[in-house]
Amino acid sequence: MLVIGERINGMFKDVGKAIANKDKAVIQRLAKEQVTAGAGMLDINVGPAAADAAGAMKWLVEAVQEAVDVPLSLDSTKPQVIEAGLRLAKAKAMINSTTADKEKLDTLVPLAKQHGASLIGLTMDKKGIPRDKTQRSEFAAQIVTACMEGGLDLADLYLDPIILPVNVAQAQATEVLESIREFKLLSDPPPKTVVGLSNVSQGTEKEKKSLINRTFLVMAQACGLEAAILDPLDTELMDGLITAELLLNKHIYCASYLDAYRKK
Amino acid sequence: MTVELVKEKWSNTINTVTIGATKEEGGTRSPKVTIGGTSTLPYLFEEGRMPNPPVIAMELLDIEPVDWPAVLKEPFKDVLNNPVEWAKKCVNEYKAKLLCLKLQGIHPDFGDASADKAAACVKSILEAVRVPLIVLGCGNDEKDNLVLPKCSEAAKGENCLFGDATEKNYKTLTAACLADGHNIIGESPIDINIAKQVNILISDMGFDVNKIIINPTIGALGYGMEYAYSIMERARLAALMGDKMLSMPFICFVGQEAWRAKEAKAAESEHPEWGIEKERGPVWEATTGVSVVLCGADILVMRHPKAVEIIRGTIERLMKKG
Repeated sequence: MLVIGERINGMFKDVGKAIANKDKAVIQRLAKEQVTAGAGMLDINVGPAAADAAGAMKWLVEAVQEAVDVPLSLDSTKPQVIEAGLRLAKAKAMINSTTADKEKLDTLVPLAKQHGASLIGLTMDKKGIPRDKTQRSEFAAQIVTACMEGGLDLADLYLDPIILPVNVAQAQATEVLESIREFKLLSDPPPKTVVGLSNVSQGTEKEKKSLINRTFLVMAQACGLEAAILDPLDTELMDGLITAELLLNKHIYCASYLDAYRKK
Repeated sequence: MTVELVKEKWSNTINTVTIGATKEEGGTRSPKVTIGGTSTLPYLFEEGRMPNPPVIAMELLDIEPVDWPAVLKEPFKDVLNNPVEWAKKCVNEYKAKLLCLKLQGIHPDFGDASADKAAACVKSILEAVRVPLIVLGCGNDEKDNLVLPKCSEAAKGENCLFGDATEKNYKTLTAACLADGHNIIGESPIDINIAKQVNILISDMGFDVNKIIINPTIGALGYGMEYAYSIMERARLAALMGDKMLSMPFICFVGQEAWRAKEAKAAESEHPEWGIEKERGPVWEATTGVSVVLCGADILVMRHPKAVEIIRGTIERLMKKG
């Protein structure tokens, strides 16, 4: 499974401060720690506070690429901020993200193709997040169609059914899990799936967040999830992820299977 | 209508391991032996590369073998009590590119030879021949842990392959090979989970994974060959799909296993219906050998020159397609 480290996000206080003070050391330490912990890709988000978002994105991409060589997921609602990152990305990047809105797809699908990047498609539009799996599949189909028309390889598309916090939208968890299965019926080869995991525990009690995150992740893995944006520094979460992969027969068991995974 | 074959794409490659060091590298071997580097299931050249063909290591003992049948002793009858001459015969007469010395004589039941004597034996073979050397203990952990570090030290710089490290006994040999720059064999009892575990244990000691060889343990024809085959196949599939802790080349003790079979060694007088004794054993060994070649063996440790010849020809023919 593709683990996308979520920690380099201006929403986190330490990162927001580091961006404001141009403190590379904080960012580079977080980059290295996440990769060591098992991240195969790092999400880069300048956060809401940055005045010059494109400039901040450039600075973050450069700082991270000096420290690690994993590919980056460029996370912004503004295409010009994503593009600023794409221009500097050394490895095949990911665009995080488009919605099913036509104007977004018209901009971001060609951008992904132009830069050879993969693309996260959120199954929602500007009217909001769907209430059930049927609506999610409708949006997913619109995104898949736009990618096919735009000539983007569907192996590069990651559909995100969008998890909602369990404390406000409890019924959505099963809708999301079923969507992960249903999205795979949309094309052959099927599109991949991704979730922004921490959203599921947003607003829950602090000491329960990790447990909720890892329980949901394992359930999603059982439904065929291919990628997740998560905190790889949460060791118990990563242990759950590795064990779920083991039980799904993705790697060979041995007594030290957790260590073996981390030696990859 | 042409049928288009489905081709697999693999994400990982089997490690490349070199045995032996030349003069420039601090040893005295010439030429070295390189194995591994495979990026496909065996001999599927449409799907990937097999840059190094499997290599046969001819097996010899430090003492006259006690359990070898007459047919197996016959080709070596003039050298069986002299490991140096035995080694020379394998290289000069039977064109061995790699030798495997089993230190049977250090076993408490078979002479209990001292560590110094074993180390001297290793050294004299290295002086007598230029091909790279595999050195094996006797299987008695306590004695092997006394003897193998001395042999490792005596062969320092030669980049030999030492074995076997097991799940319960790996630290001493790993430390010795680490100190003296040798490769190591990790052994598991036809068990993929333990194979992986042994590799992790060895690498946790700071040992380079690119210097580890997997001995998956095999069964001979009629004695679990299919089971061994499926374990090797599964390990290779996992490795090609990205499992770094199973991405080591395989060594298979073909001769040892084949010649344990009663069908290989029984006298013709006992079982006339089994056919000519002189041919039966070598064919048993060759059949076992073909099977492990086909599931990805990188080193085959073999005994009878006739079986060696058959497998050498088989490998040549298989590699021609590449």
